[in-house]
Amino acid sequence: MTGTRVRRASAAGGRRPRPCLRTDAVLGTDVLLETDAVADHDLSSTAMTSGSRTPPRGFRMPTPGRPHPEPPAPEPGTAEAAASPDSADPPLPPDATVDLAAERQASGIDEILDTLDRELVGLQQVKTRIREIAALLLVDRVRRRFRLTSSRPSLHMSFTGSPGTGKTTVALRMAELLHRLGCIERGHLVAVTRDDLVGQYVGHTAPKTKEVLKRAMGGVLFIDEAYYLYRAENERDYGQEAIEILLQVMENERDNLVVILAGYKDRMESFFASNPGISSRIAHHLHFADYSLDELMAIARLMLDRDNYRLSGAAEQTFREYLARRMRQPRFANARSVRNALERARLRHANRLLAASGRTWSRDDLMRFEPEDFLASRVFTGGV
Amino acid sequence: MRITQGTFSYLPDLSDEEIAQQVQYALDNGWAISIEFTDDPHPRNHYWDMWGLPMFDLTDASAVVYEVNQCRAAYPQRYIRVNAYDARHDRQTTALSFIVHRPDHEPGFRLERGEHIDRRLRYTIHPYATDRPPGERYGFTSGDGHPRPPRQRGRRPAS
Repeated sequence: MTGTRVRRASAAGGRRPRPCLRTDAVLGTDVLLETDAVADHDLSSTAMTSGSRTPPRGFRMPTPGRPHPEPPAPEPGTAEAAASPDSADPPLPPDATVDLAAERQASGIDEILDTLDRELVGLQQVKTRIREIAALLLVDRVRRRFRLTSSRPSLHMSFTGSPGTGKTTVALRMAELLHRLGCIERGHLVAVTRDDLVGQYVGHTAPKTKEVLKRAMGGVLFIDEAYYLYRAENERDYGQEAIEILLQVMENERDNLVVILAGYKDRMESFFASNPGISSRIAHHLHFADYSLDELMAIARLMLDRDNYRLSGAAEQTFREYLARRMRQPRFANARSVRNALERARLRHANRLLAASGRTWSRDDLMRFEPEDFLASRVFTGGV
Repeated sequence: MRITQGTFSYLPDLSDEEIAQQVQYALDNGWAISIEFTDDPHPRNHYWDMWGLPMFDLTDASAVVYEVNQCRAAYPQRYIRVNAYDARHDRQTTALSFIVHRPDHEPGFRLERGEHIDRRLRYTIHPYATDRPPGERYGFTSGDGHPRPPRQRGRRPAS
């Protein structure tokens, strides 16, 4: 931090220096300027100095009494390092070789793929496809270092599947994955539905859609139940306008924005059929299959583990029976139904413990579900 | 005469990449960004025209660069600046403001002497550009033939 200080001005009280420019920041390639404005926001945490989270981008003003932060070294594999391979590295000679395993290690994608494997049960097809996409992007990155140019692959996706099959969760992971691979700058997910895109009166839709798109830039835009955008029965519906703007931005801002459309399979198919422009701009159509009974049980176990509960042997049988019955009933929402069933079991479990007077409960009792916690459900008594 | 004002007035014009980095800095601080344009660059003219609404809740600077380019396409012969507003309680002011676009030809200012009592002189500056009506000040070139941009954004009335 030896740059010449060009200007320094202090706000009231002298606590918060205004943005100040260093000549090395202007001439060099790094981002510049970090004022204490950031630090003021999270004085409560020591994150700034302890390095327990990623360091803030850019330089900071030296402040008396505060440890002088080192300029953050760009980590290998972060977006900064990945986004500008052309400017950073000289091209590799044609006879060089690269170690893809090391590249993979450096990019940190394995961590995300492993989390995906661990936290999501089943969904083999989806996971395979995500691995393929990750591999393609990684190889593309290495190819760029040999100056082998190729067009940037289209990354817009559509996720189809029944409710509760993990579409939103996968979209979140996908945003993170694309960020690690340097395809998008920020890696945040903006989840919207028709309400957020379509306006209520003439001239309202375009600014509204554009605002959402701008908010999502640098990350992933997740449009849930996308088929509601298009209403075939009403040709003056403003949804059409939103679709047109969406198409235009999907095409022109491919480098900054990845759009994921999600919804039920049959309705998405008719949506694509009536909007061929959208369908042709989406490269990856991923289908999320319904979970089998065993997979649902595995999901339940994961959820219980996370909340420090467990099923007794008998309760496991009961819960399995419960799920088998629930699956045959209408409005079954896969993992979401499992979660709701467990939430209700927690209520009954707590009530059971409180109702039994005159005895004490061990730690294990507080964790364990018994069959009666499930048997009280309407699924067993015949109702819906 | 090259007109300078705002935060980086002493620097050469910023490139798109540098603009994106400055904007990203502002966004990382949680400041709201707005884009404004004018053809009256007098330093005391605080009322520039708004290009769209101020942008809140952005995460990435590419959205702002996109809007700046849209504004440039609609008004290639105007001054365009980017403002960052810090809405925090004890600040509530423009934290960053810099010019991102300027016309090809900038005629500059002349000094005007005004007679005052007791043979005193009062000086003021007058932009040559404002001798002409709004909308024609920096010449009609591509895209700027009509003062109103497509889709009627911005507020300047037809003249």
